[in-house]
Amino acid sequence: MKKFNVKVLTNLSKKIRLMVLDMSYRSQVGHLGSAFSIVDILVVLYFSVLEVNPKNPRWSGRDRFILSKGHAANALYAVLAKRGFFPKSWLKTFCQDGGKLGVHAEHTVPGVEWTTGSLGHGLSVGCGIAWGLRLSRRRGESRCFVLLSDAECDEGSIWEAALFAAHHKLDNLIAIIDYNKVQAFGTTEEVLGLEPFASKWKAFGWRVLEVDGHNHQELVACLSTPGQNSKPTVVIAHTVRGKGISFMEHGMKWHYTAPNEREYEEALKELSV
Amino acid sequence: MRLAFIQTLTKLVRKDKRIMLLTGDLGFNVLEEFAQEFPDQFLNCGVAEANMVGVAAGLAHEGFIPFVYSIAPFVTLRVLEQIRNDVCFHNLPVKIVGIGGGLAYGHAGSSHHTLEDVAVLRSIANMTIIVPADREETRSATQAIAHHPGPVYLRLAKESEESVYTKNRHFRLGKGIETVPGVDVALITCGSIVAVAAKARSLLVQKNLSVSVVNIHTLKPLDVRLIKALTKKYRILITLEEHSTIGGLGSAVADIVAKTPLAHFYILGLEDCYVTHVGSQQHLQHIHGLSTEKIAKRIIQLTLSSRALRQSFPRLSRRTQGKLSQ
Repeated sequence: MKKFNVKVLTNLSKKIRLMVLDMSYRSQVGHLGSAFSIVDILVVLYFSVLEVNPKNPRWSGRDRFILSKGHAANALYAVLAKRGFFPKSWLKTFCQDGGKLGVHAEHTVPGVEWTTGSLGHGLSVGCGIAWGLRLSRRRGESRCFVLLSDAECDEGSIWEAALFAAHHKLDNLIAIIDYNKVQAFGTTEEVLGLEPFASKWKAFGWRVLEVDGHNHQELVACLSTPGQNSKPTVVIAHTVRGKGISFMEHGMKWHYTAPNEREYEEALKELSV
Repeated sequence: MRLAFIQTLTKLVRKDKRIMLLTGDLGFNVLEEFAQEFPDQFLNCGVAEANMVGVAAGLAHEGFIPFVYSIAPFVTLRVLEQIRNDVCFHNLPVKIVGIGGGLAYGHAGSSHHTLEDVAVLRSIANMTIIVPADREETRSATQAIAHHPGPVYLRLAKESEESVYTKNRHFRLGKGIETVPGVDVALITCGSIVAVAAKARSLLVQKNLSVSVVNIHTLKPLDVRLIKALTKKYRILITLEEHSTIGGLGSAVADIVAKTPLAHFYILGLEDCYVTHVGSQQHLQHIHGLSTEKIAKRIIQLTLSSRALRQSFPRLSRRTQGKLSQ
């Protein structure tokens, strides 16, 4: 698989943000902030790290990716379209009556591994997939990546999965946490403090890597690192919700709201620079 | 029934290594041999049922056939969202095996009973539900579901009769069985309480009331043809289940009966309650009207509950007049 350089990845991220902005504006459906915080992670995964085949989305040798924070599906859809899993024209149908794409990731869309939407499911499913991959040795070195939100780590089921993965030494499982430190109705600190976050994962027996979630070079290096023997890996990606549009980088509003015309124009200007 | 299940599963795994058994830290004296013979097919997931079901879904996604085993409420009600979103929505071949459905855990109390599992799982699309009556049926059901392409809930009792049938009955998924034909009343039932129903039937024979015991081992998909046929053959249909009267077998049958001219249909079970008395399963059944004698008495009451019916059963009416009030 081609490995792109950082400049290419940066430009791709910008394009993806434009596509996501467009989808959100057209449909007047939100979660823009949540989508923007993971765009760089997804671009690095799909253009530099994951072994996938857009012409054969269920190729048995693929790396598996689960977007456990399913409400940011708009970002995933833009990346999958750009990567060639389905026609870009589908993006115009996002949240339209009779459209191909809805708010949350659906496994019937080519390239989407699992339907999510309720938080806290993806890591357990990832554990099952990682375990199954290990049992099916013919699958080679396929890995399973699961992208979680920080708020999702409020769910008990995440910690059940964390215990399981470490106990069973699932070194082909990589969790990525979009640690933007804001959730639906407050900051993570105000609602349910996660700190010391890295220490928690370490205590659960995971290898912990921390990275700037918007630095492509760091992300590539981190996500391409081979698995550590006998430990699952968690990549805590420090991100900013709404990253890429200055006025979207703060406040609760951008978890929920779609831009109006003026905001859309301003966002376009910033992204087109 | 647990032993019948695991013995059958063992035979199946010897032929098909895709089959796996996940347990929520249960199985003492039941699962040890399996775990020893098939270390790659066995996984104790610990007391983490939500994760266990998610793992099962992930395994099924990778081509395996996971059986998920725990005490019934822990592997149904507790993990409902995982069953719905991860297993059933993706239509994966995960088999949920709930031990002790109904009141089978007796003394253990309400947390270990489940009177709601069938009602809840019935409402989830893609789910198949089987409640075997005895050990023989458990073996057949396990065999039948192993290669069923979608999700299944297998509700097992703890202990049970070896066989409630007087003759060999061929198990077919989705097809109910008239275990003993009758003339007057069809008693439609499922699970280990079929044995109690059979005993109630014998009591009623002595009172010249002919009751057919119909075993609907598959609650979903329901044997609609058989239910409709029963409404034509019998004047009275009564359902009996070790489950709430809301949402279980009775409600499933009611959906069909409501569209037929049958006028006399009654549901027997636990009446929208928790069972808080302390006692064995038999004791709890007795308290809640589900013992052999109490079921027989209730059937007579219902059979005589209207003038039209009393006219149909004059001998029964004369014999029992006054006695029911004692």
